[in-house]
Amino acid sequence: MKKLLNNWIVQVLLFLSLLGLTAYGSQMINDIIPPYFLMIAFFIGINLIMALGLNLITGVTGQLSLGHAAFMSIGAYSSAIATVNYDLPFLLGVLIGGLIASVFGVIIGFPTLRLTGDYLAIATLGFAEIVRVQFTNMKITNGAIGFLGIEGSTTFPIVMTIAVLTICLMVWLENSRNGRAMLAIREDEVASSAVGINTTLYKIQAFAIGAFCAGVGGALFAHTTTFIQPTDFGFQKSVDILSIVVLGGLGSIPGTIIGAIVLTAAPEILRPLSNYRMIVYGLLLVVIMIFRPYGLMGGVNLRQALRRAMMFPKKKQAGREE
Amino acid sequence: MLTLEKINVSYGSIRALHGISLEVKKGEIVALIGANGAGKSTTLRTISGLLKPSNKDSKITFKDVQIQGALPHKIVEMGLSHVPEGRRVFPEMSVYENLLMGAHSRKGKPGQADFERVYHHFPRLKERIKQLAGTLSGGEQQMLAMGRALMARPDLLILDEPSMGLAPMLVEEIFHIIEDINVAGTTILLVEQNAHLALEISNRAYVLETGEIVLEGLAQELATNEDIRKSYLGE
Repeated sequence: MKKLLNNWIVQVLLFLSLLGLTAYGSQMINDIIPPYFLMIAFFIGINLIMALGLNLITGVTGQLSLGHAAFMSIGAYSSAIATVNYDLPFLLGVLIGGLIASVFGVIIGFPTLRLTGDYLAIATLGFAEIVRVQFTNMKITNGAIGFLGIEGSTTFPIVMTIAVLTICLMVWLENSRNGRAMLAIREDEVASSAVGINTTLYKIQAFAIGAFCAGVGGALFAHTTTFIQPTDFGFQKSVDILSIVVLGGLGSIPGTIIGAIVLTAAPEILRPLSNYRMIVYGLLLVVIMIFRPYGLMGGVNLRQALRRAMMFPKKKQAGREE
Repeated sequence: MLTLEKINVSYGSIRALHGISLEVKKGEIVALIGANGAGKSTTLRTISGLLKPSNKDSKITFKDVQIQGALPHKIVEMGLSHVPEGRRVFPEMSVYENLLMGAHSRKGKPGQADFERVYHHFPRLKERIKQLAGTLSGGEQQMLAMGRALMARPDLLILDEPSMGLAPMLVEEIFHIIEDINVAGTTILLVEQNAHLALEISNRAYVLETGEIVLEGLAQELATNEDIRKSYLGE
């Protein structure tokens, strides 16, 4: 069984069938659930894609970024410009949005990655503000009035398929040589360079991939709401995404998934409370962080827990003694 | 194997090293001793690329290649591993994962032989392979830090204060292991406050004082040197 799972052909087949299943399943859900709930599910998916990107930057690599909304807005605007002004197909627009955001991730990466901790956070915050002000003053983005007339091309199966794709990418990355290097940087940067890890390279890589996810999320967002304005991508948005990652548990992929579901759904579930809604929402955040200071899934090694539950034999690896 | 020529290093306006020159030959154990703040760690950090010399005419040569100003990971790839001060293991990773990270600079997966080599020197690590590094004792963390550096198959291992904060018994053990590693074919440059032990295991030594090398020579000779005995051996 284990041997079979390690075969790459089997892995590719499993991966493809997972994608197919996701597309098919979400199409079925799409057809049965009411539009209001479907909209919430849309935003869970979009937030998840962006949060997974931030989780790679902040959770795995340990670089605190408060500018994730900037990458999202770059993705949103560039994809909107691509599909509206240049009549490009929707999915190509999404890809362009991701790529341009990724380029900006690298550009912002080089000068700021000399900074660490709080200083990096402030630099990314400043970057996000620059981007927002820039979009407010550009002609092509229609400034503060907002970008109108984007086609609502995003469908539920597309969001879900991209979300599952992102999850697979992150899981694969986490177990790769690059992912381990990123984790080592979070643990101890000096020790990482002492063992021969090119810390700059991996930090930039994390920023590039994280920004790509944010850009894709932004592009899907733009083609869901059909109207975007610079205020959609303010500091609050960056904090929202960061909350998902922190609440789920920094560096934990299952945590990020749960965080995205809880924090996207909570404001909607709490809607009957009308005026008290955001108070209860804030309270919820505080209570969760008190009882689970490392996040909902923080400190939980899901694979170990699963293996224990299912009594799978451990994978034999060089140097690992049973 | 390694030569330093006229190395100056400054932290801002403060000069930490003034024209350090030293040499480590293949197969040797060389000790760098001196008091707190003499510039021992600074010297090692400059060698491994974590700091850059501030003067143009400085030269660091490793295996006949000039490495001053090279990036730290490039230097590790060339076969020079640095065990930083204070051990700095990856606390949230297991012992096994820490060792795996040590082999990062070499492309491809490390083989059983690499792990066996580390276990041969540090049998205790083998017993704790699944334990999180942060939960190890100080001595075990030092062993892990050294084992992790060995995973890169270095030709030259530079050790920064391997005895720091360890019980005397453990210090002896660590120093024996350092000798073993050297006998197995790795050249060693050692920074140590415990001058007594350092001189005991090394071939040659340099004495560093406020950023300058004030004495150098065979370890045995230094150990009998009057000034050294007074200043560093507490006699």
